Amino acid sequence: MYSRAYKTLVSLPPLVWVGTFLLLPYALVFAHSLWAVREGVMVHDWNLDNYKALLTNPLYAVVLFRTMHIAASVTLCAILLGYPLAYYLAFHAGARKELLYQLVIVPLWVSYLVRGYAWKTILGSDGVLNGFLQYLHLTREPVGYFLYSPFAVVLMLTHIYTPFVFLPIYAALEHVPRPLLEASQDLGASSVQTFWRVILPLSMPGLLAGATFAFVLSLGDFLAPLLVGGPSGTMIANVVQSLFGAAFDWPLGAAISVGILVITISLLCLGEFLEKRWAFQ
Amino acid sequence: MSAFPANPPQELPAKSAALLELRNVAKRFAAVDVLKNISLNIASGEFLTLLGESGSGKTTVLRLIAGFAQPSSGEIWMSGERLDLLPPYKRRVNTVFQNYALFPHLSACDNVAYGLRVKNTPTSEIAARVEEALRMVKMQGFAASRPARLSGGQQQRIALARALVNRPRLLLLDEPLSALDANLRKQMQGELKSLQREIGVTFLFVTHDQEEAMALSDRIALLRDGALEQVASPREIYAHPATAYTAEFIGQTNLLRGEIRGGMVTCGALRWPSDEADGAVIFSLRPEAIRICADDKRQPSEVRFRAAVRQQFYGGSSELLEVDCGNGQTLRVRVPVGGPLAGEQDFVFSLCDPTRVAE
Repeated sequence: MYSRAYKTLVSLPPLVWVGTFLLLPYALVFAHSLWAVREGVMVHDWNLDNYKALLTNPLYAVVLFRTMHIAASVTLCAILLGYPLAYYLAFHAGARKELLYQLVIVPLWVSYLVRGYAWKTILGSDGVLNGFLQYLHLTREPVGYFLYSPFAVVLMLTHIYTPFVFLPIYAALEHVPRPLLEASQDLGASSVQTFWRVILPLSMPGLLAGATFAFVLSLGDFLAPLLVGGPSGTMIANVVQSLFGAAFDWPLGAAISVGILVITISLLCLGEFLEKRWAFQ
Repeated sequence: MSAFPANPPQELPAKSAALLELRNVAKRFAAVDVLKNISLNIASGEFLTLLGESGSGKTTVLRLIAGFAQPSSGEIWMSGERLDLLPPYKRRVNTVFQNYALFPHLSACDNVAYGLRVKNTPTSEIAARVEEALRMVKMQGFAASRPARLSGGQQQRIALARALVNRPRLLLLDEPLSALDANLRKQMQGELKSLQREIGVTFLFVTHDQEEAMALSDRIALLRDGALEQVASPREIYAHPATAYTAEFIGQTNLLRGEIRGGMVTCGALRWPSDEADGAVIFSLRPEAIRICADDKRQPSEVRFRAAVRQQFYGGSSELLEVDCGNGQTLRVRVPVGGPLAGEQDFVFSLCDPTRVAE
């Protein structure tokens, strides 16, 4: 048994850390969301007007809905790309496994901004993609909606978050006991049946973890819409950013932040709950 | 093996022909001969045990039959049909895996139903057959439990039910009892044997435990380094081991190395008459064939020798003695439980007890 003093001592640093860098900022954000701006000055006048504005102004609902739509699309695309890749690596890559794994990880070392600008040069009017399509005479003029559209945002976020989806799925698939696959075959199941009845259910916790990563990270992203989103690709984080910046309405920005936080935490809880339900051992 | 008639003819139960036939099956893994030219018939309804040390290739035989590996050469036939060309899911063979390999995300009942579901069996039939299978292994009360909530013995029963519910022609059991503790293991051995009699399914059982093999099997196929050493009934293989390896692997024995010259066998201090031809010989003499001889009466059909008792191991129902016949020749003798023994004693064994074995 450890002494009481020892326990207090070792738990102090994390408590200080969480208090200073997590709870205090959240408390400040929450306090701000209950204040107001009068004649360009923020006043500590406690009220719920910001939340009322949030619920009554359809603009915010539209942007929030778009944000969730983009986040959901990113999640879906990242799963569709990440799962087959993880499956191949876990079951069929053989000696190439290590190399391929590193190749999936390497992009994570490249700055987010660099990857964002790369998509700009690929998707732009005089970008690589349009140049290629015109070279093939598939299009006569540059296609405008590649860049500055929700499509571009989904594309870029999918590129960035697919490794985050891949990793937990890969880990889950690696942990599927191989004798179970033989048992399934032995009982008369084809490979396809084995996948649906054994492999997919057993990798579900990893899939849920990956999906939660992709959705939550996409939900709060503001760089991708800033770089490649354009007006039609604006997401909720951009609204917050402008409220805290040019618009100087910190209280409303804080209220939206609290709203996103609530959604995010609910999703994390849901993810956690589902993962527990799908965990077996 | 020598020219010596080592392999007694395989005794198949007369009632039925071979269900499974391995014809000159060999398997190489990365330039290692895991199995060398195995030919073996398994009769319908038989309980055949593949016995061998780890690495002897017994699990490989099972994997070839189940279809998880392909023979490098040779053929496997089942009821007049080529088996080794079929994918595993098309073979009417089911396996009870070493660590059960139960699906952790499915309840006991869904585990048992798995094989029927993937073959699109009608739901009503599935329910009835699953219930019957669970009853067979006395697990009706655990239908809804996930494997993680079941003990090792219970998981074992579910694994058995999951395989048997498909009504396989041949059930492969890969060291199914090795993970259980000793008492449960004995109990499961009994149940397994009576279950096999009851349903009449052919069992191919793999184990490294010779006692288990002796207790359960109709026949034992002893594997050594990927080759069949001897295939015979437990009684036959114990009483007439073909080789020195078999004699030592199955039960305990004294291997007596010596020679025959002029109608006399000489193995160290032991000598007895024999009418076999001259040459080097090995005899297997079971410890229980040797008795302590109290009186001075000399039977012509017995061999008598004097030896010093070196060690005495108490075994409850019997005692094992380690005796020294001089010149460093030690023998093991199994005697009824008596008092402490020390010093020199007279021992005797019958002339018909030493069994000649090949190297």
